[in-house]
Amino acid sequence: MDAKQDEATLLDLLRQRDEIAFTRLVEQYHPSLVRLARLFVQDESLAEELCQETWLAVLQGLHGFQERSSLKTWIFTILTNKAKTRSRRDSRTLVFSDLEPDGLETPTVDPGRFNDASSGLRADHWAVEPASWAGIPEEVVLSGETLSKVRQTIEGLPANQRTVITLRDVEELSSQEICNILGISESNQRVLLHRARARVRGALEDYLQPER
Amino acid sequence: MANEMTCKELVELVTEYLEGTLPAEVRTRMEQHLAGCEGCTHYLEQMRQTIRLTGQVREENLNAAQRDDLLRLFRGWKKE
Repeated sequence: MDAKQDEATLLDLLRQRDEIAFTRLVEQYHPSLVRLARLFVQDESLAEELCQETWLAVLQGLHGFQERSSLKTWIFTILTNKAKTRSRRDSRTLVFSDLEPDGLETPTVDPGRFNDASSGLRADHWAVEPASWAGIPEEVVLSGETLSKVRQTIEGLPANQRTVITLRDVEELSSQEICNILGISESNQRVLLHRARARVRGALEDYLQPER
Repeated sequence: MANEMTCKELVELVTEYLEGTLPAEVRTRMEQHLAGCEGCTHYLEQMRQTIRLTGQVREENLNAAQRDDLLRLFRGWKKE
């Protein structure tokens, strides 16, 4: 059965108030939903509360759900809208206007990595070339330590970059879905994603090639 | 060639390249640069690895307390 059919069957069962179907749904999406909520609210119990409110709204909205988007995107949108409403009255929530990039054209790679025009070498070409990671054993690349480095770096990103990289590269939503959920333009979404990925790459380079 | 892309320019276009949103003309210039530049080829490959690794950081498990809370919520709704 393909994913779309699977989702239609699940929806049918949910609309009949089937508890096992609901358990499957929360097993599939609750961890992602908590991750999303934590992007908007720092406080863990507040994030759980937001998720609970979202699930209730999902249950109450099941019959009205038009299936124009995937179930996941619909659920994520409900949570995001609840977080937006909350941010207007609760200072512990991310202010959604902060989701736009700051407009500064800061380079994402240290300018010191490139030849200076005065060096006599080809200007703006690598002075210190990135190395291939192909020779690094897969068990090192995919080790728990490497992954916790990635996690830490993402946690240290500005909220807007953290939100976009989490939705795109952790949750693997499409850019279009992300723009719809967050209410930002495609180009802003891409700028934030680019900065976030470049920061994670830089952290991985420092970690995987400490001798560099 | 006056129009040649520099490495410094290329690194800022990597996300648009991977997302498939670069104008065709820029994409061609980028591919021409990549064909002759090992550093940028490695940079692009590192970005691909970065994306792959970021996709591995999901923690998937629902804990018992969360499950209980959600089932309570469901049963409350079912009775409505």
